[in-house]
Amino acid sequence: MKRDKVRRRKLMLIIRRDWQLYLFLLLPLAYIVIFKYVPMLGLQIAFRDYTPKGGIWGSEWVGLDNVIKFMESYQFGRVVRNTFLLSVYGLTLNTVIPIAFALIYNCIELPRFKKVSQTIVTLPHFISVVVLVGIMMQLLNSRTGIYGILYEKITGQYPGDLFGNPDAFRHLYVWSSVWQGFGWNAIIYIATLSGVDMGLHEAAQLDGASRLQRIWHVDLPHLKPTIVILLIMNVGRIMSVGFEKAFLMQNTLNLQYSELISTYVYRVGLAASYGSNFSYAAAVDMFNSALNLILVLCANTVSKRVSETSLW
Amino acid sequence: MRKNKVLAKRSHKYMGDRVFHAVSVCIVAALTLIVFLPLLNVVSSSLSSSSAINAGKVLLWPVEFTLENYGTILKYKSVWIGYRNTVFYTVFGTFINVAMTMFCAYPLSQRRFSGRKAVNLLLFFTMIFSGGMIPAYILVRDLHLMNKIWAILLPGAMSVYNVMITRNFIESTIPDELEDAARIDGCSPAKYFLYFIMPLSKTIIAVIAMYYAVDHWNNYFSAFMYLTDRNLYPLQLFLRDILINSTFDSSVVSDPETARAVQGLAQTLKYVVIVVSTLPLMCIYPFVQKYFVKGVMIGSVKG
Repeated sequence: MKRDKVRRRKLMLIIRRDWQLYLFLLLPLAYIVIFKYVPMLGLQIAFRDYTPKGGIWGSEWVGLDNVIKFMESYQFGRVVRNTFLLSVYGLTLNTVIPIAFALIYNCIELPRFKKVSQTIVTLPHFISVVVLVGIMMQLLNSRTGIYGILYEKITGQYPGDLFGNPDAFRHLYVWSSVWQGFGWNAIIYIATLSGVDMGLHEAAQLDGASRLQRIWHVDLPHLKPTIVILLIMNVGRIMSVGFEKAFLMQNTLNLQYSELISTYVYRVGLAASYGSNFSYAAAVDMFNSALNLILVLCANTVSKRVSETSLW
Repeated sequence: MRKNKVLAKRSHKYMGDRVFHAVSVCIVAALTLIVFLPLLNVVSSSLSSSSAINAGKVLLWPVEFTLENYGTILKYKSVWIGYRNTVFYTVFGTFINVAMTMFCAYPLSQRRFSGRKAVNLLLFFTMIFSGGMIPAYILVRDLHLMNKIWAILLPGAMSVYNVMITRNFIESTIPDELEDAARIDGCSPAKYFLYFIMPLSKTIIAVIAMYYAVDHWNNYFSAFMYLTDRNLYPLQLFLRDILINSTFDSSVVSDPETARAVQGLAQTLKYVVIVVSTLPLMCIYPFVQKYFVKGVMIGSVKG
């Protein structure tokens, strides 16, 4: 009884002292609950047969029917494979190339040159997806684009349309993101490298290590924790490769490789001409989110064991 | 004798390092050019005549230099509607974003604030799991936000990631003792926020404001999902029509001569809209680069 009283008194004290702090949180929390958690509750339509009349709470329960329907559909293998391959391909290049760039960049001792070059290579990061895809379409145009012109000059004939070529889709998607992002992604590694103890370099030099050897034995180990953390974060995004870019690059000719889980969700759920099916689309999306969650947890556990670095 | 040999060996090593340095400079220069030349080609093309572009003559420098294309785009009304709307979404949206982020980050950065662990967890979970596209769409529809500016501003009113880096910044740069001292002198949390936290957080406010602003400027997804009224379209949605969908339009024309003419003009105009829409960010960037870099560094602190 008495302890209860003390506890309540303490609570009152905290509230009286900090009520303004709670007030600050009012709007942000309302936002988080309404725009983040309410949609999570809305995910239950994946287990219902959504009808406009029944809505989220009143439509009939159908259990796992929608998930099973997705797993049995011929689209299942295709979209999961496309999503997975595209993002593993992208993840690999978008990790390796920025690290390599940062290591090489770090060796250079020309401050002005470094500054100008860094400004230029980070610029494309700010180009929007729409404009990026637009630029690609312009430059890779088989007649008027720089690609078509050079191809014609070298081989004497015009190349085929890259955007209509399903085999080109993945390479276009990934290499354009490398072009856009390697400079930006390297910033973090470059900054980390500037923190390497110069004494280590000098010691290695005295022992006769070449610059290349010092990269391998001094610089790279210093980067390891950063690489691991970023890698875990990116593994968690493996299955959520952006809807936006793939959707813009999609056309009827390359659909066989460009249809991803996210674009498929849009197509069956919201694209009206298809006859939208909210429940089925939500189920597909949920399958995806769950897979992501599992991947992130696995990556985190593995890295905790292997390198003692983890997100939480 | 022996010493000489060692020295020779060492200078050979240094020679190797010199070569390595030269190779590094070449690689970085090459990569810089790979990034730069496509951008140069776009700008040059926008300054070239349609016939030069159609004939495939433009590589790095403008051919048959002209500003006419920019004159044509001035008359293209939807680009300016888009521009106006995007500026509005960017300014107003960023204002909401920064306010919300600071409101959220401030209490979470106060060590004595009870309940911060629970709130942190609540926020963190949204970073690794989300309801996805369909429930979000249903929510916006049920809140009657469809086809209103709020459909663009509210669903993205705050980014949890930015809250985390702001919280980390405040925690690591503003000492708790300052808060103790202020409180003992009778300063309320609201006043403390206004007179101490806000001025001392200028750097992080600049950083997140720029992050948010770029996101607003480049965003097409929420507008694409929630808007049908063309008067509310942001620039990116018009760009999508011009850059990505129009290719399709001109190929529909059956008469080859007309098709070529339409495509020719369309090609030129595309370069122009790319420049017009992207130039503002590109011009501002070199001056604010250090803030963006700082943002990346703050974000990398594990939190």
